[in-house]
Amino acid sequence: MTTTDTTGVDAPGTAPTEVAPTQVCASTPMGYGSMRRKEDARFIRGQGRYLDDIALPGMLHGAILRSPFAHARIVSIDTSAAEAHPKVKAVITGETLAGLGLAWMPTLSHDVQAVLATDKVRFQGQEVAFVVAEDRYAARDALGLIEVDYEPLDAVIDARTALDEGAPVIRDDLDGRTDNHIFDWEAGDAAATDDVFARADVVAECDMLYPRVHPAPMETCGSIASMDPVTGKLVVYTTTQAPHAHRTVYALVAGLPEHKIQIIAPDIGGGFGNKVGIYPGYVCAVVGTIVTGVPVKWVEDRSENLMATSFARDYHMRGEIASTKDGKLLGVRVKVLADHGAFNGTAQPSKMPAGLFHVFSGSYDIAAAHCQVTGVYTNKAPGGVAYACSFRITEAVYLIERLVDVLARDQGWDPAELRMKNLVQPEQFPYTTALGWEYDSGDYPRTLQKALDIAGYAELRREQAEKRERGELMGIGISFFTEAVGAGPRKTMDILGLGMADGAELRVHPTGKAVLRLSCMSQGQGHSTTFAQIVAQELGISPDDIEVVQGDTDQTPFGLGTYASRSTPVSGAATVMVARKVRERAKIVAAAMLEVSPDDLEWEKGRFQVAGDPSASAAIADIAMAAHSDLELPDGVEGHLDATCVYNPPNLTYPCGAYICVVDVDAGTGQVKVRRFIAVDDCGVRINPMIVEGQVHGGLADGVGMALMQLMAFDSDGNHLGASFMDYLLPTAMECPSWELGETVTPSPHHPIGAKGVGESATVGSPPAVVNAVLDAIGVRHADMPLTPAHVWRAMRGDPIRTDLAID
Amino acid sequence: MQVPAQFDYERATGVRHAIALLTRYGPESRLVAGGHSLIPMMKLRIANPETLIDINDLDELTGISITDGALRIGAMVRHAELLDSPLAVEHFPILVDAERVIADPVVRNRGTIGGSLCQADPSEDLSAAFTALHAVAVIEGESGRREVPAREFHTGPYQTVVGDAEILVEVRVPIRTGSGSAYEKVERRVGDWAVAAGGAALWLDGDTVGEVGIGLTAVGAAHFCAPQAEDFLRGGPATEERFAEAGRIAAEHVRPTADQRGPEDYKRHLAGELTTRALRRAAARARGSEA
Repeated sequence: MTTTDTTGVDAPGTAPTEVAPTQVCASTPMGYGSMRRKEDARFIRGQGRYLDDIALPGMLHGAILRSPFAHARIVSIDTSAAEAHPKVKAVITGETLAGLGLAWMPTLSHDVQAVLATDKVRFQGQEVAFVVAEDRYAARDALGLIEVDYEPLDAVIDARTALDEGAPVIRDDLDGRTDNHIFDWEAGDAAATDDVFARADVVAECDMLYPRVHPAPMETCGSIASMDPVTGKLVVYTTTQAPHAHRTVYALVAGLPEHKIQIIAPDIGGGFGNKVGIYPGYVCAVVGTIVTGVPVKWVEDRSENLMATSFARDYHMRGEIASTKDGKLLGVRVKVLADHGAFNGTAQPSKMPAGLFHVFSGSYDIAAAHCQVTGVYTNKAPGGVAYACSFRITEAVYLIERLVDVLARDQGWDPAELRMKNLVQPEQFPYTTALGWEYDSGDYPRTLQKALDIAGYAELRREQAEKRERGELMGIGISFFTEAVGAGPRKTMDILGLGMADGAELRVHPTGKAVLRLSCMSQGQGHSTTFAQIVAQELGISPDDIEVVQGDTDQTPFGLGTYASRSTPVSGAATVMVARKVRERAKIVAAAMLEVSPDDLEWEKGRFQVAGDPSASAAIADIAMAAHSDLELPDGVEGHLDATCVYNPPNLTYPCGAYICVVDVDAGTGQVKVRRFIAVDDCGVRINPMIVEGQVHGGLADGVGMALMQLMAFDSDGNHLGASFMDYLLPTAMECPSWELGETVTPSPHHPIGAKGVGESATVGSPPAVVNAVLDAIGVRHADMPLTPAHVWRAMRGDPIRTDLAID
Repeated sequence: MQVPAQFDYERATGVRHAIALLTRYGPESRLVAGGHSLIPMMKLRIANPETLIDINDLDELTGISITDGALRIGAMVRHAELLDSPLAVEHFPILVDAERVIADPVVRNRGTIGGSLCQADPSEDLSAAFTALHAVAVIEGESGRREVPAREFHTGPYQTVVGDAEILVEVRVPIRTGSGSAYEKVERRVGDWAVAAGGAALWLDGDTVGEVGIGLTAVGAAHFCAPQAEDFLRGGPATEERFAEAGRIAAEHVRPTADQRGPEDYKRHLAGELTTRALRRAAARARGSEA
């Protein structure tokens, strides 16, 4: 295995040990490199075309009436006044939908979810009625004219009481349901793990909550549905990360023929997993266009997005870690209570109810591990898998990285040394974990050492000791994460039976320009650039000459889309393979052009040349023209220059990273200042290092946000206490230090270009680093996120806050 | 969908015109200045005024000046203007401290001093700052102008003495020698409303506190002030020990309520801690010895 590394350090006062910061190429590279993003010329001029920018002729506007109660029986709904509004065209209720068989829809997790409530409302903000009107003002006005008579019911808000005897039964719509239990699931070897714990010198345990948070993309969710009454074709413009999956689900749910459905995802202003699933508003827009015969647009507002769409986490975990007295980690085990809300609607591989949480043995060589996860219903919005979590690896990494710190604290060990001592060693790869994952590659000690070097770890500890003498609080927090991204393979990972493989189609036009069609869908990741660079690297066509088409199901091959950091590992690989297929065809055409055997040709980037005679060659553009020309091609060779490919990943890719956070805490107020953050990421081969760093920057800000401020708590009545940006706090540049990035590169051995995913690495890896730093500063064993000033102050007094409930 | 309900719109051409419009449209009409509280409330349909009376053209309400021995701040002065005001820096740095932590540049560019005071949000920063400064609010109605001390301006959360057909036109802060002032705020994130904040103004006569004002934000302090702590300090030496004791007294008299920004005990603690810190900085400024 080869490992290379470079460092880009941009913080003053930190001496970079190697290479300068990433250079952005002014000119376009013919392959990998930090070229500027092709899409940005459009975006920075305000020329993006988002869902709400689209206006179709005759389009009407929808608005959703939502439940003010967390749990209530619907006694009656009177829509007559709303229907009488002069600008209202239709009012749709659960009763209307029931008549069409659409009042309930399947979730992505073997459950059903109400589209519009018929019997009860089960969370605050649940969809109750849909108004279609001439403009959005009238639609909103009409919501106020709908009279709903509710009979409030006791709500289940605290997940820890959901399974109590006598708890209100939320899902009485399900036959025979007498409790709020959804599933029990386990992974690992319980007996072997118990055995290890029984023999261990040292065991550390810790209860921890990864609270409910929300991806809160800048653009909220929305949809425009347009049914052509003559052709019967339904076109849905929608904010989706997975257009093809949406098409199939619409076909299955609504019984519409799939070839008569076209899903178009326009530019998307951030997804982070929030735009994977199908929301009731989308279905209502479809019903709206069928009912009215004209296009219907529905766009949710910020509060609707925060209250009703896919949240993330909400894992109550009791973790234990076992080690020898010398600090050799032996085992880890955890019991999880998972709050899935009122409907089990997590978007993850169907066979894995806790997603990929069972990578929680992390980056360490641990002999035994076991988890037991129980999912419960509560009177909160459905979801759980979103927000750049890589199917719950956020929770897994937080668990193990907190446990390691707790163990180090209990035993008086240095947390960096304890990690270094237990990391999986480079020669152990491919490494099979106690939980059955086969990590593909990595050089963990080198990655951690690099972060420690950039941080100046020993000097930081000295500074910390001096400050403690003066009564000043400074903390240093470390996390080392292993990500698992690029789902499938299709046999183990599917959504609603659709295997996680992705297609690519590449067509080189006669003049040598190309179009690449993808099944994945950018939400800001820069696919138009990165994927063009992959083709450029393989074929020698400039990225500027390659159009990347995505998001339109009529224009792109089938595939499961962009989430869980899977675009580069899966669609990226598909792109490489399809480009190589084209290159093979080009070789035969070139041989015909040059009147030699294909075996005599050598590939020089951008052209085939005759071995030993560089003057006899054909550039890719010449080959493309020839492929479309009257040139006689060998038997069995089709003309033109194109190919298709479906890539079924043999395994996940396993990026890793070492993060170090330095904080200062104001002892008098509990305020935390993140002074430094060092992030060394290894995501294999970097196609566009600038885009990778941008991804890392965003994820690190996410981590600061989750660790210090982001939270969706609920009061005892089930009122959502984070339903606007006044209450749900996203971090700003003011809370973020100048990130100090570094990298190591251990290519994935099973990926055709050695690349791994990176989109979620920093979101997954950074929260424990921040939390570990704050707790290190204040000398507290554990307190849950978010560590707001109030919570830090309370934790210092031994009275931490239960963060998922209202502060009283 | 965050769109407001239907409303009528009038654009006032002067203070007298605005008062006439308020009189004509009655209590269901509202003045709109910067609109950074009112418009979001309308979009959320928490506020549903029938008529908006736009006072953005009222030049007579603009400007910061020294007039008759007082700093005069027009009600339509934008936050950004007060933040950048050399007069504020020179005479009452508490105002600059407070402005620096109000919302974000977008809000500060548009939001107004008068709008903030009249919104009377218990977590709003300027009310405490002007209370600490013993400022005076000037209110105009059909019958002319009247002056109300800042600490009598608010009658409760979101309530002021400004009548239905009246307009806050300016705020005046008397200038006296020996002054120093400061504002200390704890927020969960930059731009957030205060978890708690404390402002202090001191007028020193040598090392003796001649006059003092303490303003408290978001901690349930009646009229945003801490009179018991002020009484304790007035006439005594300006020492660290006494500032700490003043903080303790201030904390004792506040009535904070728990919310997602923090529990009651923490907010009470902050009332004391921030009072002490603000006094310390105000004294350093009065002595010209701020680090």
